[in-house]
Amino acid sequence: MPRLCFLFSLSSTMQLRSVLSKSFFTAGLLCLSLFSHVSVMAQQRLLPLDKVQSGLAFTGPEILELQADDFANPALPYLDKGAKLWSQGAGKADKSCESCHGDINSSMKGVATRYPAIDKASKKLFNLEDRIRSCRTKQQKASDWPLESDELLAVSLYVTSASNGMPVQATIDGAAKPHFENGQKIFMTRQGQMNMACTQCHDQRYGIKLYTDRLSQGQPNAYPAYRIEWQRLASLERRLRFCYNGVRAEVPAWGHGVMRDISLYLMWRAQGLNIEVPSVRK
Amino acid sequence: MYLLSRRDWLRRFSLSTAGLWAWSTGLSKAQDMSVLGRVQDLSDARLRTFDEMVSPYVVRQELKNEGMGLTMPLLADNGHLVPLSLKIDSPMTEESHVTHVYVLSQLNPAPLIAMFVLGPWNGKAELSMRVRLSGTQMVVALARMSDGNFRYASRQVSVTEAACVDNG
Amino acid sequence: MTAARLQVPPRIVEGDVFKLRLLVQHPMDSGFLRNLEGVLVKRNVIRQLKCIYHDMEVFRVEPTTGTAANPLFEFYLRATTSGELYFRWVDDKGYIGELRHNLVVIPANQSPAPKS
Repeated sequence: MPRLCFLFSLSSTMQLRSVLSKSFFTAGLLCLSLFSHVSVMAQQRLLPLDKVQSGLAFTGPEILELQADDFANPALPYLDKGAKLWSQGAGKADKSCESCHGDINSSMKGVATRYPAIDKASKKLFNLEDRIRSCRTKQQKASDWPLESDELLAVSLYVTSASNGMPVQATIDGAAKPHFENGQKIFMTRQGQMNMACTQCHDQRYGIKLYTDRLSQGQPNAYPAYRIEWQRLASLERRLRFCYNGVRAEVPAWGHGVMRDISLYLMWRAQGLNIEVPSVRK
Repeated sequence: MYLLSRRDWLRRFSLSTAGLWAWSTGLSKAQDMSVLGRVQDLSDARLRTFDEMVSPYVVRQELKNEGMGLTMPLLADNGHLVPLSLKIDSPMTEESHVTHVYVLSQLNPAPLIAMFVLGPWNGKAELSMRVRLSGTQMVVALARMSDGNFRYASRQVSVTEAACVDNG
Repeated sequence: MTAARLQVPPRIVEGDVFKLRLLVQHPMDSGFLRNLEGVLVKRNVIRQLKCIYHDMEVFRVEPTTGTAANPLFEFYLRATTSGELYFRWVDDKGYIGELRHNLVVIPANQSPAPKS
């Protein structure tokens, strides 16, 4: 709309001609870039590997202190709860996670670094919460824990803690490839009423202040995290929904595939970071 | 380009104003019913005066701004969790100790954030807690001593909204 | 109903004034916010939390909606003899939370701490 108005406001034909030629030139460039965009779709890393930083680099001193406090970190009661639920029998056979998986530090070591991952049975991309729910309903034959419920988040945090300090390593080839590419595409695409793409803030403008918030890189390695804004533990999915809200985009339904696709892309993009739980975020 | 008769003009004007009013009322109602985090509009809360904050506790006793340290960040990361640390110079003996501590808010819906009861058995009059602040305001810690007199310390804390507004 | 954790120094000698840290898991719902479904969450905060040591109330806090969720309270206590520290709190719903800790206090006349 504004572009058309601009065209109408031009007084001389000379100006009009130059603008039109510029427009055609831009249009031509756009088409070219579109095709080139498709061909280098494989892996777009706009954030260089040596610049990758955890969210802690962008938080205030109080949050750093809270996270470092190994007693008063507000995520710790959830970790305690997760540990309890791990050993608690459930379902028809009254089996606990522990009865099959044993000690969490041996069986779950490194697991969180590899999620989201393709579930062989359903061929869908599962995040860690999906996997836990699937285990609970299919293996334990117990009642489902809904997404974002206390129990699911607590166990997810507990399982993730077994990978604490380990580097993230997402698999993006094979069956995961279309999911990765979709996640990457969404990350690079403008959306919402604000018409902003994730990459604009989190690849190109991290570190600058948005009001009094310092923009982070949007890294996923510290989730599930205790988010002070929500006063409770939260999943990466919830955090991404908040981003959608932030740009005034229509938020996909809970459990939607796009959230998992974006999570997979983010995990690939976070190469070089370690799993960092239990964490506190603003 | 076309002239309106005075009657037409008045009619159109009043209709559009009525329409605008109805729409804006509807809009504000919609905002109330929206799934924005806050239900009660806390933005028109009034900053209390220091007198209003302490007068429910300090009636005729002495009130001194000494012998107390209140530590809080100058800029809160998030208003939902603001750490607060309080230290009162008192021997905490049977003869001289702190009996009560009131943590007061200048802007929150509830003027009292928390009340502590202490005694000589505590040994030290030092406390820490985490508070919620609904906006930039002054926080006052008021301590009642065993002789009935009061001491206070205050701290101005800036609290801002998140850059991206949350709808859940 | 609610979980809580307590931290005290590892070694307490009679007469020591030591720091206690208590973290209680409680949403401290102010009554002003909505949940994920958009439903208003009713006010539910801890109204009173107290600590009993040797049958005496040695600490009490009465928080309100202005106290943050999952509250942390830090205070000091003078150690006398070994005994139970009993924490008890009540919230708006009437739920009672409890935490008991066996406080071990080394008598003053015992040998001093080994040099570390």
